[in-house]
Amino acid sequence: MNWSNIFTVYAKELRDMLRDRRTLISMIVIPTLVMPGLLAVVTFITVQVAKDAAAAIPTIMILGGEDSPKVNAALRSGTKVKFVPPAADWKKQIADKQLRAVVDISSGFDRALERGEPASVRIYNYSGELRSGFAVNEVRRFFSDYGEKQVVARLAERGLPPSTLKPFDVATENVAPPEKVGGNIIGGFIPYFFLLLCFTGAMYPAMDLTAGEKERGTMETILCSPVARLDLVLGKFLTILTASLGTVACSLLSMGLTFAVGGPLLASRIAGAGTVAARRGAEQITAMTTLDPLGLVAVLGMVLPMAVLFAAVLFVISLFAKSFKEAQSYVSPLIIVIILPAIIGALPGVDLNARLALVPVLNVSLVSKQLVSGIWQWDYLALIFGSTCVYAAAALALAVRMFNREDVIFRT
Amino acid sequence: MIEVRHLTKTFRDRKRGPIHAVEDVSFAVAPGQIYGLLGANGAGKTTTLRLLATLLQPTSGTATVAGYDVVTAGAQVRARVGFLAASTALYGRLTARETLQYFGRLNGLADSEIAARTQRLADELDMHDFLDRRCEKFSTGMKQKTSIARTLIHDPAVMIFDEPTLGLDIMAARTIVRFVRECRDRGKTVVYSTHIMSEVEKLCDVVGIIHDGRLLAAGTLPELRERYHEREMEEIFVRCVGAEPPRLRPA
Repeated sequence: MNWSNIFTVYAKELRDMLRDRRTLISMIVIPTLVMPGLLAVVTFITVQVAKDAAAAIPTIMILGGEDSPKVNAALRSGTKVKFVPPAADWKKQIADKQLRAVVDISSGFDRALERGEPASVRIYNYSGELRSGFAVNEVRRFFSDYGEKQVVARLAERGLPPSTLKPFDVATENVAPPEKVGGNIIGGFIPYFFLLLCFTGAMYPAMDLTAGEKERGTMETILCSPVARLDLVLGKFLTILTASLGTVACSLLSMGLTFAVGGPLLASRIAGAGTVAARRGAEQITAMTTLDPLGLVAVLGMVLPMAVLFAAVLFVISLFAKSFKEAQSYVSPLIIVIILPAIIGALPGVDLNARLALVPVLNVSLVSKQLVSGIWQWDYLALIFGSTCVYAAAALALAVRMFNREDVIFRT
Repeated sequence: MIEVRHLTKTFRDRKRGPIHAVEDVSFAVAPGQIYGLLGANGAGKTTTLRLLATLLQPTSGTATVAGYDVVTAGAQVRARVGFLAASTALYGRLTARETLQYFGRLNGLADSEIAARTQRLADELDMHDFLDRRCEKFSTGMKQKTSIARTLIHDPAVMIFDEPTLGLDIMAARTIVRFVRECRDRGKTVVYSTHIMSEVEKLCDVVGIIHDGRLLAAGTLPELRERYHEREMEEIFVRCVGAEPPRLRPA
């Protein structure tokens, strides 16, 4: 091994690579734009949902109830809906989606309640229609509250406390630090994102430096120089690795900026809309953009041997191909192999165990989910880092071996 | 300077079984001599030359190039060989100067020496106009000059040419032929493979006729003429190989 030659090859390949438009797009442009783009889309959808919710006040008609002013007034003041005067063609109006629901109050409703006699309300709707569903929910919520108030009043008349019918209260409250909540929401997503970029960043250079060279006829040129094939492989491999890590670095930088600047800005803007949905959206974005920085560094530490593995595997596969196109047809299906474990890792409920810690890609995805949530299981971390290093070393050894095979290099 | 002894290369093919691309080939080339390897397509020329340039490993037999064994001292052999073939292309995204610098460095030359040699080669080959332009934009002639400069940057004692005029127009081919002659005049050991008979007649001091992986005959042009009682190289070749194209063969 001659480090001077390895460096010469590396420097040349790097220069060559940085002059290739395709590599620049996959290494710098895409990873830099994808994160802000993603956040923009999330924000847009959240704002849109909030706006729609505000705009969509359902129209409701009340039938009957003329002899029950109390319930009528309470219904009109206690619900966020628009009331229209009774009309004979209400069924048609519901079918035409002009009306979302019709409330039919039985005659003598108020009087029946006062006397403690049975009374009824009937709600007509467009079953399965989303907005009709919203209207029905709103009316149901009102009558449920109204009914409860009646119960409390009747209990009080008989000298009984409200707890007679509701003996205890159940409440849930979040006490996890914000970054852990963030970790759960985004934790499965970030490593998946890194792994994917790590792979796609290495893809083009790997194909270009192997199959591309064969196709262009420069492979033979370089092989007849005195440089040893081992040095050549290592120089090329380091270039591919640089591209892979460069891609991750670009995306990390862009993500950091997006979260640090864009996140709070967008959150405050959405929250400014004032509706409940907007407030919830703002909370989500704040949680999403709050991550344990130390965990993020550790994720990168785990991604490092993964990048070595990807670079070496891609090198071997594309080296076998005769042309760039052939290499593409081998490498493209491999994306699924990368995405699948990453998605499984991102699924809720799939947790790390000793066996899964040995499955490449999936193990890093799972442990990264823990790391960004601030969970450090050192034994698993060591196992995953170690096994990934072993896989990476094996893949690199295979790359060197393949490069020394005449039937691979001069495959016709 | 080049000594080839019983060189054999067998490729394994899953469908067709073993293929003897080169079989028991022996020859020697002295400094200041051009050895022409003449053969049809698929005769084993390229494989022989790739074995000499250590791109491939022989199945059996051996060869020494500039005093180094091709099997045990590959790097030393390559450091003393300039290899130019129709299939050795240039890096399109590098300039001619960067190309020369890259190959100079890989040959262990210091940057100052590379700069001096680049200057000299650019003078000799008239490359100054395009020295700092990327090779992908070059005309065939420019590419050729850059390739020639690339093979000469480390001033090798041995030059190996594998059908270097393949696919070139007459003017470009003449540049190559002139360059090959200059290599001989400078005392370099030259091996030149081709299937073009006129090139052999113009260039080669010694001709080896290779067919189906075997070296069937070798000698100077006058020797071959005398042996086969033919004047034209083409006739000598056909008589040596012993096969007219089937439909022309007399009944």
